[in-house]
Amino acid sequence: MYKRHSSFHTQDSELDRFRFRIAFAAGAVVLAFAILIGRFFYLQVVQHDYYTTRAEDNRISLVPITPNRGVILDRNGTILARNYSAFTLEITPSKIEDLDATIDGLAKIIEILPKDRRRFRRMLEESKTFESLPIRSRLSDEEVARFAANRYLFPGVEVKARLFRQYPLGSTASHAIGYINRINKTDLEVIEKNEQSANYKGTDHIGKTGLEQKYEFELHGETGYEEVEIDSGGRAVRSLSRTAPVSGNNLTLTLDMRLQEIAEKAFGERRGALVAIEPSTGGILALVSTPTFDPNLFVDGIRSEDWDLLNNSADRPMVNRALNGAYPPGSTFKPFMALAALELGKRTPGQTIFDPGFFNFGGHHFRDDKKGGHGTVDMYKSIVASCDTYYYMLANDMGIDNIARFMGSLGLGSRTGIDIEGESEGVLPSQEWKKRRFKRPEQQKWFAGETISVGIGQGYNAYTPMQLAQAVAALANNGVIYRPHLVKYITDTRTGEKTLIEPEPLRTLSWKPQNIETIKKAMVGVNKEGTGARAFAGAAYESGGKTGTAQVFSLKGSDYRAGKLKEVLRDHALFIAFAPADHPKIALAVLVENGGFGAQSAAPIARMVLDYYLLGKLPKGPAKEDETPEEDVEE
Amino acid sequence: MFLQLIQRFRERLVAHIDGPLLVIVMVLMGFGLATVYSATYDASNRALSQLLNMLVGLAVMWAVAQLPPQKLMRFAVPLYVLGIILLVLVFLVGVKVNGARRWLPLGFTRIQPSEILKIAMPLMLAWYFHKYEAALKFRHFAIAGLLLIVPLGLIAKQPDLGTAVLVGAAGFYVIFFAGLPWKVIIGMIVAGASAAPFVWTMLHDYQRKRILTLIDPTSDPLGSGYHIIQSTIAIGSGGGFGKGWLEGTQTHLEFIPERHTDFIFAVFSEERGLLGNSILVFLYLMLIARGLMITANASTLFARVLGGSITLSFFTYAFVNMGMVSGILPVVGVPLPFMSYGGTALVTLFLGLGILMSIQSHRMLVKK
Repeated sequence: MYKRHSSFHTQDSELDRFRFRIAFAAGAVVLAFAILIGRFFYLQVVQHDYYTTRAEDNRISLVPITPNRGVILDRNGTILARNYSAFTLEITPSKIEDLDATIDGLAKIIEILPKDRRRFRRMLEESKTFESLPIRSRLSDEEVARFAANRYLFPGVEVKARLFRQYPLGSTASHAIGYINRINKTDLEVIEKNEQSANYKGTDHIGKTGLEQKYEFELHGETGYEEVEIDSGGRAVRSLSRTAPVSGNNLTLTLDMRLQEIAEKAFGERRGALVAIEPSTGGILALVSTPTFDPNLFVDGIRSEDWDLLNNSADRPMVNRALNGAYPPGSTFKPFMALAALELGKRTPGQTIFDPGFFNFGGHHFRDDKKGGHGTVDMYKSIVASCDTYYYMLANDMGIDNIARFMGSLGLGSRTGIDIEGESEGVLPSQEWKKRRFKRPEQQKWFAGETISVGIGQGYNAYTPMQLAQAVAALANNGVIYRPHLVKYITDTRTGEKTLIEPEPLRTLSWKPQNIETIKKAMVGVNKEGTGARAFAGAAYESGGKTGTAQVFSLKGSDYRAGKLKEVLRDHALFIAFAPADHPKIALAVLVENGGFGAQSAAPIARMVLDYYLLGKLPKGPAKEDETPEEDVEE
Repeated sequence: MFLQLIQRFRERLVAHIDGPLLVIVMVLMGFGLATVYSATYDASNRALSQLLNMLVGLAVMWAVAQLPPQKLMRFAVPLYVLGIILLVLVFLVGVKVNGARRWLPLGFTRIQPSEILKIAMPLMLAWYFHKYEAALKFRHFAIAGLLLIVPLGLIAKQPDLGTAVLVGAAGFYVIFFAGLPWKVIIGMIVAGASAAPFVWTMLHDYQRKRILTLIDPTSDPLGSGYHIIQSTIAIGSGGGFGKGWLEGTQTHLEFIPERHTDFIFAVFSEERGLLGNSILVFLYLMLIARGLMITANASTLFARVLGGSITLSFFTYAFVNMGMVSGILPVVGVPLPFMSYGGTALVTLFLGLGILMSIQSHRMLVKK
């Protein structure tokens, strides 16, 4: 080996070896550079598309621009729900190490109350990880300026201009309009199911109840996007493109807010519900449930005190009684029973019965309301005077399944299909219903005796004020039932195009016109000379009506004296009406919880509503209860 | 008369300057300046100060080119010894910056002694082989290896892997060109390869992890892999013709770290594409080819092994840098020659260039 090194002595041979090594090195260099070029080719040609995408992903961030939520108007254009812009102070928790210290620091510049902190904490628990949460909303200009001067102290905190929902009329019609609130997990599932996830990227509020909920996807609009170039720190450097958001559609309602307000005021402090329908379209003119609540409380995240107050109140203001409360219809059931009798040929208008004051069934006395009875009673009188015995007999003659079939065709006992969620079905009793309702076989059997109290709207009967109003409207409209609805038309805010909600006839009941006339005439009689006469004394229009009283507390054999019973045990008062009698423009159902006799408390409310709607007459204060019970009021 | 004076001055100025080398380096520096400008103009522009660095470098090159290789030889031992002493001093009293002890405080400034070794090492080994040219024995190679390993160990210990690679490579090239037997070279490769598994088992977990990250950067995307991921995105998205000067999104949105120094190639590649890369590689190839030509015609062993080592050092810089930025080599701190921003590295490179020119221009004189 070392011998070879002797060749180093020879200059030329040493130079040859050296030059060989130079050549070898040159070859190695070329090879190495070829590898590099190969690598570049692979990255820049073969994988070019992939890396271009990676680079784009790196630099472009889509920032959603929340659209303006659609406005809600009543039929006259009164604004019921709108948006206003306000500055909020928002914190992105993921960017902040010590939240409490940051909030304490902010509190030195901007007023932050303990309730703001509590609300922030609550939202923090519910929030998605990366969103920014408001610690204060509705900042004054001065507060915005003060924060701007100190913002360098608070990374992760910013002032944002946000749109807030506002309900200018406050608690009026709040059950119909509903409210919006922050999106929670359940809402996210709904959004996902409707394939709206992308559209809700920047949205943090959603309709929770009422129309705000039902028409959420109409009102929401289309979220816009701003393509923003960001640096490696995630800061926006410049805007690349902007797709403007499309504002949500506006809703114009069938509701008449003045009518609604009058109806709500008519209830005063009393609990209850009122539904007024335009019979020829199914459009709802007023949808009242008292007490109401102020939806503005919810918009910003309701304070827990407010929520407790609303939720724990014995008056249960959050319950929409018009759709959700099911009440026995009491005597308001009678006109429909009479119509059923005529249609089924069980009675003729002139056919009379004798009422001794009770109906004997299997040794049991079903009491009439009037001691000693009404004497000879035909159909007209049975309605005008609200004779129970007539209907005890009629129910017995018809049988429960005939009653159920007829009342079912009117829509009683099933959801009306109004455009608000959360409607109750109510209870339409029948043999089949009882089988479904009860588990034990001995309870499943229908007893003939049970049919008798159903005849006067008691027993298992339970319907929502909405269903009753729909039934009245069906009668007023001569058997054509329209789907009740609150939205008249939807306006596309971009094109101004109006999509009318066409009145949708659900069923046409082919009742004989003379039968309809008989019933209507009797109901007109109620308001002229019957149980509704006092409430409708001196009315400048002809109206049909029927009082009703629904038992809450069962009295066995003793006299019912309202004054002796606690208020919550008093009967519910009901009244149904339509007017004008010859060509009804409005049909309604009124319920006053624990209002006692229908004629006393429910009928005056109906009068006020009809007076305003037909005559434009404004009432003075809430409807007064009739203090002296009439002689011949129903059971 | 006056014109004559200018003429003579001009002759004097270019007498020892190698035209082809200068042209190639000028073009490279043109690219370098444009890229440094692109990488820094939206923050603090470094192009002007890089231009100053280049002028200083050119002056150094010119001065060195004037010196005949024999004179350079005199610097070999003192420079090497000085380098070693300073390295030991760094080891004892050096300043720690970013976890590495590389700097020596000098009161008003601080210096990085390992930089000296980039030139001192090949100079020393070339001097050594030249001295024993007449009777090179195996033990001479062994001693040369020792001369190489001692400072290399000190540098690696700092740790400064990039400089260690460059110094090690420069030293090895000298030994290679001096005629290290092929058997030994192959033997070393085989020994190294077979020792690797044993070394692997002796490593700590964190050391293994670090090596694994070097192999697969995606295993640590937010840590050390981040640089490589972002620079390969920059290169790949550059495509065939690049995004255009000043248009690189990866660069200007600050996704590329150290974009005006070690990762400047990512900036260049993103904005100039495969075409630009190919031109750049071609320029380096020309630079190396010219260097090797000069070396092949050099008249002394000293000049040959030194020139060969310096030329191949340019290759090492370029290849390791482009290799690491494009993700085929581990990340070590090696600048891209004549492109990366930085005065010290530039001066060292020009020093090498000056030596090559000196070898070229003093070849005839020696022969005569």
